[in-house]
Amino acid sequence: MSGAGPPLLEVRGLTAHYGQFCALFEVSCRVAAGDVYAIIGANGAGKSTLMRTIAGLHRPTTGAILLDGADVTGQRPERRLAGGIALVPEGRRLFGSLTVEENLLVGSSRARQGPWSLQRVYELFDWMPGRRAQRAAALSGGEQQAVAIGRALVSNPRLLLLDELSLGLAPVVVRRIYGLLPELLQTGVTVLLVEQDVSQALQAASRIHCLLEGRTTLEGSPRGLSAERIESAYFGLTSRAKDPSSGEAPG
Amino acid sequence: MSWVNAIIQGVLTGGLYALFACGLSLMFGVMKVINLAHGDLAVVAGYVALGVITVTHVPAVWSFALVVPIFAVLGYVLQRTLIQAALDRGVLTTLLVTFGLSVVIENGLLRFFSANSHSLDIGSLVSGSLHLGGQISIAYLLAAIFVVAVAVLLGLQYFLSASKHGRLIRAVADDREAAQLCGADYRHVFGIAAAIAFATVALAGIAFGMYSSFDPTIGTDQLLLFAFAAVVIGGLGSLWGTLAGGIILGVAQEVGAQINPADQQLAGYMVFIIVLAVRPQGLTGERSTA
Repeated sequence: MSGAGPPLLEVRGLTAHYGQFCALFEVSCRVAAGDVYAIIGANGAGKSTLMRTIAGLHRPTTGAILLDGADVTGQRPERRLAGGIALVPEGRRLFGSLTVEENLLVGSSRARQGPWSLQRVYELFDWMPGRRAQRAAALSGGEQQAVAIGRALVSNPRLLLLDELSLGLAPVVVRRIYGLLPELLQTGVTVLLVEQDVSQALQAASRIHCLLEGRTTLEGSPRGLSAERIESAYFGLTSRAKDPSSGEAPG
Repeated sequence: MSWVNAIIQGVLTGGLYALFACGLSLMFGVMKVINLAHGDLAVVAGYVALGVITVTHVPAVWSFALVVPIFAVLGYVLQRTLIQAALDRGVLTTLLVTFGLSVVIENGLLRFFSANSHSLDIGSLVSGSLHLGGQISIAYLLAAIFVVAVAVLLGLQYFLSASKHGRLIRAVADDREAAQLCGADYRHVFGIAAAIAFATVALAGIAFGMYSSFDPTIGTDQLLLFAFAAVVIGGLGSLWGTLAGGIILGVAQEVGAQINPADQQLAGYMVFIIVLAVRPQGLTGERSTA
C-alpha cells in the first residue's frame, strides 16, 4: 500500500506526560496515504493523548511527528490544520452558541484547496441544510457528531483524526457514521481513528494499533491477527487458555 | 415632573455607563479576563485626548478620531504581551496583573499630571439643552453620548454576529481548543477582542471627560465600579443586557439623588446588591452558562 515515499504520518518514539503521569511510552506508528488506521485500547490506554499530541494540542516530552516527511512536532494546532491534519475531538466540542452553518464556516476559515466545501458537507448529510440556522447546542448527539466531522472536513484535511466517534451514540447512529468512511476515503482523505469498540474498529480499519497503559502491544492488519492476539493485547494478558466464548472483546 | 426628569436623566446617563461597561463585558466574555484597570484606561484616554487637543488644536469632539485607534493598538499589544502572559499562568493571575496595572497607571498619572482635575472643553455644547417644558430638559451632550453608546452597541452586535472575525471571537469564547483545531490562532483573536474593548473604553473616557471632570483616581473610585455594576445588573455576555444594566444604574442614581442628593451613589449600589442577591446571573443572563 505504501509507495516509495515517506508515509503520510509518521510518529517516532513519542513519549507524553500529564504532569508526573506518563501517558505514552515511546509509541511509534506509520500511517500510509489511503489507510484507515485504528488505534484501539481500553480506557486510559493513551489513545486520546496520542490523538491530541498528533493534532498539536499536547506537547510530547520526546519523540517526533512527521507529516509527509516534514517534522511538525513543534507546530501549533492551527499550523498543523493548514498542513492538513484535522482532529474531530472526543466529545465533539462544537461551538454551542454558534449555528450549524457558523460551526462549518469557522472550520473552513483556514481551509486548504480541495474537494470539501460547505455544499459538499450538506450533500453528505442531507438533513443539515434544513437546520443550518439552528444552534449547535440544540442538536442531538449524533447530529453534533456529524457537524463535528463536517467542521473538520471543510478544512480539506489530508489526515482526518477521529477520536471516539461512537462515544455516547446509539449503535444505529454509529453504524451510519462509519458507513460514511468509504465516501471520505474516495475524496483522498486518510483516516486515523480511536475506537473503544474493537469489533467496530476491526470492521472499518485497514490497520490496527493496540495501546495498553501507554505502550504499543500490537500492530498490524486486522486480517492477519487472530481474535485471541487482539484480546490479549487489549487486556494485557500474556498467556491464556483458549476460550471459545471470548472471541470478541467487549465494546 | 421632576421625577420624570430624573428618570430621563438616568436613562441618558445609563448610555454612558453602558459605553464603559461593554468593553469590560467583552473581555470577560471572550478571554475570562476581569480587567481591573478598565476604569483607569478610560482616564488615560481622557488625558491622551487632552494631549491630542493641545498638540493638534482639533476641536475636543474630534479627538476620538486619534485616541480611539491609538487605544485599539494599545489593547492589541497589551493583550498579546502582558495579559496573555498572565493568562498563560492562570485566570487568577490576570486579576493580579490588571490590578497592578491599575495601581501603576493611577500613580503614574498622579506623578505626571498631579491630582488636579481636568475636563475636555467642548465650549457651549456642554451646557446646551432642549427644554421640553415643565422641569424636563435634555442636555444635548448627554443625548449625544447616549446615541453614540447605542450606535457602538449596535455596531458591536453586528460585528460579532455577522463578520468573520466576530464569528471567530464567539467560537474562541465557546471553546478555545476547538477553535485552534479549526485553524484559529486564539491569541490573535484575543488581541482583536482586546482592541475592540480598548477602543470602546477610550470612547467612554472621552465622553466622560466632556460630560464631567476627571482626575487620576476617578478610574477605580467610580468608573470601574459603574462599569461593574452595569455588567452585573444587565447580565454578563449580553450587550443589550449591558445597556439595560447601565440604564437601571443611571435611573437608580438619579432617582436616589431626587430623594436626597447625598443618596445618589448609595441608591445605585443598592440596586447592584439587590440584583446580585436576587438574580446573580443578571437580568438577561442564563442561570447555568459557562
